[in-house]
Amino acid sequence: MKTAVLVFPGINRERDMARAIKLVSGHEPTMVWHAETALPAGTDLVVLPGGFSYGDYLRCGAIAARAPVMDAVRAYAAGGGLVLGVCNGFQILCESGLLPGVLMRNARLRFICRDVHLRVERSDTPFTRGYNAGQVIRVPVAHGEGNYTADAETLTRLEGEGRVLYRYCAADGSVGDVSNLNGAAASIAGIINDKGNVLGMMPHPENHVETIMGCTDGRGLFAGLFAHFDRAA
Amino acid sequence: MKARVTVTLKSGVLDPQGKAIEGALKSLGIEGVTSVRQGKVFDIEVAATDRVGVEAALKAAADRLLANTVVENYRVEVLG
Repeated sequence: MKTAVLVFPGINRERDMARAIKLVSGHEPTMVWHAETALPAGTDLVVLPGGFSYGDYLRCGAIAARAPVMDAVRAYAAGGGLVLGVCNGFQILCESGLLPGVLMRNARLRFICRDVHLRVERSDTPFTRGYNAGQVIRVPVAHGEGNYTADAETLTRLEGEGRVLYRYCAADGSVGDVSNLNGAAASIAGIINDKGNVLGMMPHPENHVETIMGCTDGRGLFAGLFAHFDRAA
Repeated sequence: MKARVTVTLKSGVLDPQGKAIEGALKSLGIEGVTSVRQGKVFDIEVAATDRVGVEAALKAAADRLLANTVVENYRVEVLG
């Protein structure tokens, strides 16, 4: 089980992510600098953590998406390798073309930093098998640009192909304008690519993995991913 | 050679920043403002004299980095 956590200038959640991975999988991830042109041999999972790569200059994730290491990530994803992007990582995946759409400024313009509820839409993917379909989990968000937008055709395709894995919801699992904190299309919090091996999500599951954090709902995402590898191995 | 790339949001894309600026202009009492859309301007100097080539290079720059064509349009002007 080898995980590579990508590190871009300005990223600040890489250690939270590494800690969560170590805690749940027992394996220490490798930190990979953005200027690298290859991923470590035998990488099972690539993670793009949250933060503010390049200060969010130009557009969030735009400059990181053109970093040398992203060519290696594109090739890795094309070969079916699993890629997880959280928060700025999601923004980078959209900017790099690995996921469709874009993350715009929150509809109500505020930077939002608090716990939210997410509805897990499917449990039959490597990124959600640690949960039950329809399960409501509580994880934190911390972003100013999490308002997911895509053209109507893309949104229809995402819904039709079951590619929305996580959706903002109320504590009872209901979805609506009140629980859609940033104005995202269809309350989308996380999506996968068409091959099902690249997930991007705005909330931070890595920050709810220990009881000292007040909640362990985020563990399921990592536990599910690592269970996926155990089965494959 | 100087050139300018202007990036604007496509029509129909929600522009919360533009809306906030619109509200601020109204609260300043500036009359007649019906809508504000925010964009970006890049003033770029290029060491070349070939107008057509510069325009093509900057279009590539806009497609690859300066604009996200999912939600943005751009315009390239070679200013001479």
